[in-house]
Amino acid sequence: MQLVLEKRAERSNTIALVSPLIAIGLTIVTMSILFVILGKNPISALGVYFIDPLTDSYSLQEIAVKASPLVMIAIGLSLCYLANAWNIGAEGQFLVGAVAGSWLAVKTQGTDAGPWVLPAMLLLGAAAGALYALIPAICKVRFGASEILTSLMLVYVADLFLDYLVRGPWRDPKGFNFPTTAEFDPVATVPLLIETGRLHLGAVIALVVVAAGTVLLGKTIKGFEIRVVGAAPRAARFGGFNSNQLILLTFAISGALAGLAGIIEVAGPVGHLQPGISPGYGFTAIIVAFLGRLNPVGILIAGLFLALTFIGGEQAQIAMKIPLDVTKVFQGILLFYVLACDSLILYRFKLIYASAKVA
Amino acid sequence: MRKILIATTAAVIAVGASLVGASAADKLKVGFIYLGPVGDLGWTYQHDVARQAMVKEFGDKVETTFLENVSEGPDSERSIEQLARAGNKLIFTTSFGYMEPTLKVAKKYPKIHFEHATGYKRAENVSTYSGRFYEGRYIQGIIAAKMSKSGVLGYIGSFPIPEVISGINATILGAQTINPNIKVKIIWANSWFDPGKEADAAKALLDQGADVIMQHTDSPAAMQIASERGKLAFGQDSEMIKFGPKSQLTSIMDNWGPYYIERVKAELDGTWKSEDFWGGLKTKIVMMAPYTNMPDDVKKLAMDTEAAITDGKLFPFKCPVIGQDGKEVECKGGTHLDDGQVLGMNFYVKGIDDKIPGK
Repeated sequence: MQLVLEKRAERSNTIALVSPLIAIGLTIVTMSILFVILGKNPISALGVYFIDPLTDSYSLQEIAVKASPLVMIAIGLSLCYLANAWNIGAEGQFLVGAVAGSWLAVKTQGTDAGPWVLPAMLLLGAAAGALYALIPAICKVRFGASEILTSLMLVYVADLFLDYLVRGPWRDPKGFNFPTTAEFDPVATVPLLIETGRLHLGAVIALVVVAAGTVLLGKTIKGFEIRVVGAAPRAARFGGFNSNQLILLTFAISGALAGLAGIIEVAGPVGHLQPGISPGYGFTAIIVAFLGRLNPVGILIAGLFLALTFIGGEQAQIAMKIPLDVTKVFQGILLFYVLACDSLILYRFKLIYASAKVA
Repeated sequence: MRKILIATTAAVIAVGASLVGASAADKLKVGFIYLGPVGDLGWTYQHDVARQAMVKEFGDKVETTFLENVSEGPDSERSIEQLARAGNKLIFTTSFGYMEPTLKVAKKYPKIHFEHATGYKRAENVSTYSGRFYEGRYIQGIIAAKMSKSGVLGYIGSFPIPEVISGINATILGAQTINPNIKVKIIWANSWFDPGKEADAAKALLDQGADVIMQHTDSPAAMQIASERGKLAFGQDSEMIKFGPKSQLTSIMDNWGPYYIERVKAELDGTWKSEDFWGGLKTKIVMMAPYTNMPDDVKKLAMDTEAAITDGKLFPFKCPVIGQDGKEVECKGGTHLDDGQVLGMNFYVKGIDDKIPGK
């Protein structure tokens, strides 16, 4: 008798709905065991992770602040992935967007530039992100270069370019050689939504992006093309869809969104350009995109959920002295179970009773 | 399963018991933000050793919490605020990059006191503190010049900020008292902690003829390379002798314990005031690891120099200090450069054939 995975004749819609719940359930069980081993009360630990951050307005704001860039980038990435175009370089596009927008902020510093500065910065950020994403896309379309490699490599180029700027030409002259620009002027700063908090306009923009993504994929012909090219390339060719054009388009959109997220982050929570402005948002967003099943609303939920684990993890460090590494283990286990359970949508377990072997 | 149940029950009881035992109300809560993981050596480790020393001193009167691995990007403001919201009355933020976030949070929580390491911006409720590491560098310069056969020293820099520049200058000024023609080769790692890069830098410096390696970076990688090649090196932040038993000459060790104890005492007594603290060998904030792998006369010279600096008889930046351009630097401190000149140091002294990056 043996247990095998067998491909289902068609995808199971029941499992598709239930699998995230199974995954979360398994995560909770595994983490509870881990907490017990660590000598912590699993119920209160899980409470600190999942419930406490949802009970006060401060933590809710912080979740939104953390989720905004992740959601924005992930929506763009989902378009690429749906069209079978593998943009792994959102981190680089994020940084380039941040740099391009900051350019204007640095140039207008100390002048009496009007309120046009911020909108112009956001546009610059998005445009630069899109152009930067087009490099691997064009290499793919024209020369057949693997976009996975080229987009990833360009992350390091962007990182070092930013590094050069803040250590050299854009360095704050009063900053004792520390690698950072001066703090941006108020006209170059993303406005806060709540006076005393950190929630900023970026959260609203992220929601607009989610809505736009939903409409694009659900209601437009372009959205349909994207899905067909990804799901059935042969059918798409017969349908006369130009897959190369779609690669360029989806890369440009996802680059623009990553760039926009970058400049919003710099002009918002950070307030100046410096190395390390992204704690890996561009890479975490890949996880968010898949966790959200490449669906805009799913991505919104996934982004908020991942942000919740970050905030909850921090509060667990404070309230229960649970080490940071446990939070990372926690996120890893969750992801592992989500992906494992997802395979049950297309596969099922089957017990095979050994048939009499013919010797 | 039963085992898990038993373990769970035990954990619940344990947590319950600890809750009963702690009457946390009258304890002073002290928070720490760490740049890296605590680990076994280096910058963050030394801060944690000091935290533990402080806890040992005050026992039940204090309760400490730390958040580790807090990146200097957009997340740090949230982490600091989390500590503030968790009821910490005194918060130490232990890296330069937390300067702006610390000030932002301090503005929101005027009743909480903040201590920011190595920064230069203060507020009513924000103190700054740092170490006069250059005093140790001067001693290292003397030892290095005595021990070097090639007359070439290798220096691994982190960032070209005043603290690091003044360290390089102090080293050379010390070395020149022994060998006026001493040469130094400098490689910038552009990181505080990057073992790979630090190892590469050490190899490159040795290949260029340096035979004593000194570093302003955090990992023992350079010490290990020196040890492999039978050359000499100085440790940094922590005792690193176990990584180079035949190589380490001494190490500049950060010892924040006395300062943390003093500040927590002030907070407990209600006498805390915003200050700028800059302690060196005299206050034991900077300590030298045992002088090893050198002849007795060099050892004696090192110890005499240490004693002279400690007693205030010798100033590493005693006038005249000659800049790279051959001109004498203005002597603002009477017999030596004043603190402002050292804190903002942005020039090399005569004898260094290199230029400060980005200048």
